[in-house]
Amino acid sequence: MTEAVRFKGVSRHFGEVRAVDAVDMVVGEGEFFAMLGPSGSGKTTCLRLIAGFERPTAGQIDIFGESSANVPPYKRHVNTVFQDYALFPHLNVLDNVAYGLMIAGMGKRERHHLAEEALELVALPGYGSRKPSALSGGQRQRVALARALVNKPKVLLLDEPLGALDLKLREQMQEELKALQRQLGITFVFVTHDQGEALSMGDRVAVFNEGRIAQVGPPEEIYFRPQVPFVAEFVGSSNLFDPALMERLSGIAEYATVRPEAVRVHPNGSTQGHPAKVTSTSFLGTSSRVVMNLDGTRLTALLPKGADIPEPGATVIATWEAADLHIMNGAVVGAAGEAHNG
Amino acid sequence: MHSSGAPFWLKAAAIGGLMFMHIPILLIFVYAFTTEDRSYQWPPPGLTLDWFAVTWNRSDVWAALGLSLRVAAISTVIALILGTLCAAAVSRTKFFGRETISLLVILPIALPGIITGISLRSAFNLADIPFSFWTIVLGHATFCVVVVYNNAVARFRRTSGSLVEASMDLGANSFQTFRYVILPNISTALLAGGMLAFALSFDEVIVTTFTAGQQQTLPIWMLEELVRPRQRPVTNVVAMVVVLVTFLPILGAYYLTRGTDTVAGQGK
Repeated sequence: MTEAVRFKGVSRHFGEVRAVDAVDMVVGEGEFFAMLGPSGSGKTTCLRLIAGFERPTAGQIDIFGESSANVPPYKRHVNTVFQDYALFPHLNVLDNVAYGLMIAGMGKRERHHLAEEALELVALPGYGSRKPSALSGGQRQRVALARALVNKPKVLLLDEPLGALDLKLREQMQEELKALQRQLGITFVFVTHDQGEALSMGDRVAVFNEGRIAQVGPPEEIYFRPQVPFVAEFVGSSNLFDPALMERLSGIAEYATVRPEAVRVHPNGSTQGHPAKVTSTSFLGTSSRVVMNLDGTRLTALLPKGADIPEPGATVIATWEAADLHIMNGAVVGAAGEAHNG
Repeated sequence: MHSSGAPFWLKAAAIGGLMFMHIPILLIFVYAFTTEDRSYQWPPPGLTLDWFAVTWNRSDVWAALGLSLRVAAISTVIALILGTLCAAAVSRTKFFGRETISLLVILPIALPGIITGISLRSAFNLADIPFSFWTIVLGHATFCVVVVYNNAVARFRRTSGSLVEASMDLGANSFQTFRYVILPNISTALLAGGMLAFALSFDEVIVTTFTAGQQQTLPIWMLEELVRPRQRPVTNVVAMVVVLVTFLPILGAYYLTRGTDTVAGQGK
């Protein structure tokens, strides 16, 4: 795997704030790399470091094997799709898309031709003469994408590009972006705070917390085998057991998670298991969610359609297969405590 | 409840106020055509166009008008450059003392012109700078910069900062970004600020009396003419020209900045 981007101990501090703190990571060529995390976790700063809008306080960033230190943004072969799209309001759509080519000195006919092709790629043919203000949010998003792609970047950076779109459009754009990335083979680095988006789109996902990468790996690994409590809590709605509870339940004083869909609920006294008190239930269509109190810890179960739904206030027996209990061997307890508070 | 119209007394008061402000200006225009040249007699005993020809042939009028136009033009150019740079610095970057600088830039227009005038005059004296065309320009630039700065800073604040980053991201260096992104987005604000600055400079009296030597700008020439009555309607003809020269830019500035309340580059 050729390395598209490599972070070597990169930090970016703003005064006392360690926005990015000694991050090491590698993005492979042609990869769809998702950076996931809550706001303020450092993922956007990492993106801006790759683009060159921020300079690292310490460490080095290599882009395709070459140090990017002292390379200004306009000399990097990366392009960005901005969160607010940042389309030039005084230019029409075609000139917006052709901007990078115009700066590169390409003639008007040629660059307009390529811009028109890029607009076709994002399913906006014939929109060239419109002003950005006359477009909908989804259309602006596509123009921003075309404006970046027309320059044939080696790495495309996307800063929460779907954040401003409504749910349906967002899902559609997720599929289109993924398909586009496969078709073009360009490395995508995608920033999002939406775990579903990161897991469904990324070839690999890096979960950020407080300026550091908590875990990086394929979506299945992030989802089913979180290495630290923060990842378990942030990615999806996994049930997290702290070491004290685990010691009482199984005698192993480690953090552990169990997916809600792996939890079964039985009437009190009908089987061996863990007694819990139902606090609320909700109907979700194909399944029902039962939230319980297990010895002071919140336990959520997703029951399939047709299962018996207990009444709130009832005491039930919660069970799960031993294989579904993921024990985080050697999770740092101190860091876990911080994640818990956050 | 939404009433369909204002009460009669309010309308009358509004019309009265507007007439009080504007009828004297019309009188100035009428006296430009009077046949009586020593005192302002109402009604004018007769009407004539002779004063236009007389004015045309007066070399002192042309000298004053030329000086005023040159001073206004150069002050405006200086104000456009310095005001824009200052606005960019204050709105684009954060630095120690930014608010203080912002205040210091605006101060000359808040200060009474007579203070600006006296202080400049004593400063020129102290530095042994002889009064000239350039001392007038310097005096005018102090308040012209403010007008441009205020217009530009408002537009900078309304222009999304990510536009600059987007331009850099697409390969444009600082100069290209200024040329292709910043300038088109602030141009109407600069034009409006420049027109206002020009109009302010063109009819400035107080600062000019302190910073001019023997030279007369047009407003100063008019003041002198009023004290020495000689071919009085010539002053009125000149007054009409001044009204036109200052009114048109201000009107233009108004139309240019109208309807630009939306934030340029705002995404959603």
